[in-house]
Parts: sequence; structure tokens; C-alpha cells
Amino acid sequence: MSTASTTSSSGRSGGPPRATVRRRLARWRARLTFDRVSFMLVFLGLPVAIFVVFVLIPVCEALFYSLTDWTGFSSTMNVVGFANFSKLAHDDIFVHAVRNNVLLAVVVPIVTLSMAFAIAVVVTMGGPATGSVRGIRGAGVYRIVSFFPYAVPAIVIGLIWAQVYDPAAGLLNGVLTGAGADRFTDFAWLGEVLSAMPASMFVIIWGSVGFYTVLFIAAIKGLPAEIYEAARLDGAGRFRTAVSITVPLIRDNVQTAYIYLGILALDAFVFMQALNPGGGPDNSTLTMSQYLFTTAFRKGQFGYATAMGVVLAIITLLFATIVFLVNYLTGGRERRIHG
Amino acid sequence: MTAIATEKTPAAAERRALRSGGDIAVEATSHLLLVVWSVIVVVPFCWVVLSSFKTTKEILHSPFSLPARWRFENYAHAWTDAGIGRFFLNTVLVVGSALVIVMLLGAMCAYVLARFEFPGRRLIYVLMLGGLTFPIFLVIVPLFFVLKDIGLLNTLPGLSLTYVAYALPFTVFFLYAFFKTLPDDVYEAAMIDGAGEWRTFFQIMLPMAGPGMAGVAIFNFLGLWNQFLLPVALNTNPDHYVLTQQMASFASQAGYAVDFGALFAAVVMTVVPVLIVYLIFQRRLAGSVATGTFR
Repeated sequence: MSTASTTSSSGRSGGPPRATVRRRLARWRARLTFDRVSFMLVFLGLPVAIFVVFVLIPVCEALFYSLTDWTGFSSTMNVVGFANFSKLAHDDIFVHAVRNNVLLAVVVPIVTLSMAFAIAVVVTMGGPATGSVRGIRGAGVYRIVSFFPYAVPAIVIGLIWAQVYDPAAGLLNGVLTGAGADRFTDFAWLGEVLSAMPASMFVIIWGSVGFYTVLFIAAIKGLPAEIYEAARLDGAGRFRTAVSITVPLIRDNVQTAYIYLGILALDAFVFMQALNPGGGPDNSTLTMSQYLFTTAFRKGQFGYATAMGVVLAIITLLFATIVFLVNYLTGGRERRIHG
Repeated sequence: MTAIATEKTPAAAERRALRSGGDIAVEATSHLLLVVWSVIVVVPFCWVVLSSFKTTKEILHSPFSLPARWRFENYAHAWTDAGIGRFFLNTVLVVGSALVIVMLLGAMCAYVLARFEFPGRRLIYVLMLGGLTFPIFLVIVPLFFVLKDIGLLNTLPGLSLTYVAYALPFTVFFLYAFFKTLPDDVYEAAMIDGAGEWRTFFQIMLPMAGPGMAGVAIFNFLGLWNQFLLPVALNTNPDHYVLTQQMASFASQAGYAVDFGALFAAVVMTVVPVLIVYLIFQRRLAGSVATGTFR
């Protein structure tokens, strides 16, 4: 599709017939040389071909497979319509996994972004309230340290924390019992229904805060300093400045960050696989992605697993839409108050 | 509303004193919280490093005790027995080749999309953008069979190509914005001087995109080095494992064979190369987050 269109020299392009475009196209037609044709073919054709084969075709196939009872290795495949989806709705384990994922997608972004925002604010504007607005002393060190987990593979983060949470030899229980909290001797953080999910969430948050801190620091540094000077002259304290001035100004960045994190939390495969490969006690940390993976590659129910993938994609899309909507609606109200 | 008091009045002096008192309180609390967080970030790593020199028995006995003897052989065990060395090489091969290819193809594609007008341009761009948003889990099953059909399942080139395909949208998206900003005059001057399209790209435009390329390359490196799902699903031959995969399987084995010292040593060896890349590029990385993520 694309390779054919690149060599086409027809003067009609999708955009408005602006003079420059027409001129460029005219020049183009005049110069359909080997140089140019080969250039376009290779430069566009190669990447697009890879993209089509490895991304586009699989997506289309996924939509089709989700409507079949395919087991992958047998050649027979019946189109069963939406049977997979209605089966999913009655699959208690899957419903449980969806609930876990939704919980993750609500809690993880809120906690991570609040912490990242707090650190970013302190690092950029935590300095003395007199003179120009500046960060706290040692800001650079804190930035480097808190960003560091981003550079560590998620699976390794999971493995490290699985050891930290270890009931007998783990660092956490060592610290707690050392501090006198004896009831934590041999407490299985990842083995109790009550604590498994919060403990897992903490690991994801621990691994993500640094990246979003750096993101927010960059966003805040991009704001004009005069705004802060003005707020200070008007008598706004640090907290007030952060909440009423900074948050509205970087709300688009917060939205982007929220969506990234939500997608991460709806997936969460790597962390959960490292912490509790089996889905945790009573499936309390099982995610859709883990269940999908088992269903596909252990049980060979490819049609059913692909249907889960479709559900996951739809939930992801819904999540992004909700975040957009909330930002849009609250943003509108904000503007009305100040306008 | 607080008036801007002049320097001389006693009230102003008093307020200044109060304020700096507030400053100290705020700064102390901030430092306290930041230090607590830094400790939570750093201590697990220090503990891992310490444990990597202990025997399994020492590790299970007490999480804090120093090793009776610093066992560097844990690293040798992890390198040979757990095969960290071999899988390290696999990872370098896969990630290295994927990185080179995706940067080249991504730059080429972004360049054409950003600087040429042709029918279907918009469609390709939107499709690429779509590739950024959906979860890989949607396609993991069909992808498995696509690779199987073309005979690249469980091979390093197959994994590498898949990496390229899934890093491509991100690369194109950010380099597109970058190529848009490059001036037209340079391109026209090169054309007038008789350089062809190929030469103009490789000798003029690509070098000019250097800073943008560097930022995207660092992100791609970290993302691909840390990739877990794609290899676990598409590369199940134990000889072709990449590091992240091997770590996961080593950890699940370690539950029975219990060589915790070697496990911790393996963790250290996995983290250190990335850590070095991070420390060298951390300033640039922070800069790329700033320029890359926000328009």
C-alpha cells in the first residue's frame, strides 16, 4: 500500500492545495529519478514493511482469533462469535484479575505521581523563600538517586524485592524485627492475602517514582520564573504555590504521565511475574496479563487468550479516554473560575 | 496580602527572621523526606551487593551479618554455572543489532514522513502513532505464529527484528518532531550542490539530527535491555535466552537448588552495566526526558 503510493506522482495530496505543496509536487514530478525513487522505496518501504508484518498484521489477526476457538496447533478453527467474551465474563479468575488490574491502575498512578510531584517541587523550588526561586541544596544528588531504579530491569527489581520481602532471610523482616516488631518474624509479605497486593504495588511505585520525578522537574523548570515571583509577592506560601500555581500549569504533563503509568499498571506482567509468578495467595495479585500468558502458552487456548488481549486493549483505551475526559472537564471548570 | 516591606523597618527585619526560621523548618523536613526516600532506594541495592559475597547459609542466617570471608567465587559461579556470561553476550547481540537497525530505519522513516509530501503520508503516520498505544499483550499470540511461519521463532534474529518493530513507533514519533525542526535551506543547498537524496540524508541531515538520535537511542537501549515479555514468549530455547529471561528462570530454580549467593551476584552483574550507562548519560537522559516527552 505504502510502497506503491510513494512512487505515485499524482498531484492530488490530502492536504489543502497550497502553493508550496504544488510547487514541491511539480518539482517532484520533474525529478522522478532513480535516485529519488530508490530513496523513497528503501527509506519508507523497509520500516513500513517491518511494521506491517510484526505489528499491523498481528493486530488484525488478534481481532479475528478472538472470535474463534483456535488452539493454535490444530488446523481446525471454528468461528464462535463472541462466545469467548461471554465465557470471559463468567470466568471468575479472569474477573478477579480485571479487578486486581483496575485497583493497580487506580492506586499506582496516584501514589507514584503524588510522590514524584512532591519530590520535583522540593527539588526545584524547595529553597529559601527569599531571593530567586530555587531548589533545595543537594538537589542534583536526590535527582540522580531517585531516577536510578528506572535504569534497572523491571524483572531484576522484582527479584530484588522478592528477596527483600523474604519471610526468613529478607531485609524487611530483618529491619522490622531488629527494631523490636517481633510479630513480623517470618511474616510472608507476598504470601498473605492482605499484604501481597500492597507489597507488590509498592515495588511498582518504587521503580517508577524516579522517572516521573525527572519528568516533572523538567516540566516545572520549563515554566517562566516570573509567575513564581508574582505568586510570592502576592503572599502565596510554598504549599499554596505548588498546588494552585504549578499543578494547573503542568496539568498536560500530569495527564501524559497518568496515562503512561496506567498502561504500565494494567500490564504489570514483569513485576508480578517476578514477585508472585503463580498469581499470589488466592489470586490476590493475579493480573490479566499473567492469566493471558498462562492460558496461551501453557494451556494452548489461543483463541480464548487472544480474547483476553482484546479485553485488555479495550480497558486500556477506556482508561486513557477517562483520563482525557477528566482532565478536559476539570480543566474547563478551572478556566471558568479564573476567567 | 503581604506588603513588600522596605529594608529598614523593624517589622521587616522581624519577618525576615521568621521567614528564615520557616525556611530552616521547611528545608529540614524536605531533606528528611528526601533522605528517607533515597535510603529506601539505595539500601536494597547495598544489601544485594553485600549478600552477593555471602554463602547461602550466611544469607539465610541473618540479613545483615558481614560475610566471614568475602566470596568472590559467587561471581564466578554465576558467570559460568548460571551462564550469565553467555546470556550477557546474547543480550548484547540482540539489543545491539536491534538498536542500530531501529535507529537507522526509524530515522529514515521519520525523515521521509517529516519532509516529503506524498499521498498516504498521513495514514502511515497515524498507524505508527497507533502502534505506540496498544498493549503488546493484544498481539503476543499472533506474533508468536507470525514468527513461527517465517521460521524465526526462538532465534536471536527473530527476537531482534521484533524488538525493531516494537521500538520503531516510538523512534519515528520523536525523530519526526526533530526532523521537522531542521531548516529547509540546508537541504536545498545540498540539492543545488548536486548531492542526491541518499547523500543528502546520510551526510547532511542525519548528522544534524545527532542530539535527537542520542536521546532516543538511550531510551531505546534501556527499554530493549530491560525487555522481558517478548523474549519470554517468543524465545523459549534456553540457549538463546537473554539476560532478563535467564534471571527469572535462575531465580525460580534457586528456590530449590538454593545458591542465593550466586543469585545475588547475578543480580549485581545484570545491574552494573546499565548503571554505568546510566551514570555516564544521566544528565543527557534527564535532558531527553524534558525535550522528548513534552512535544
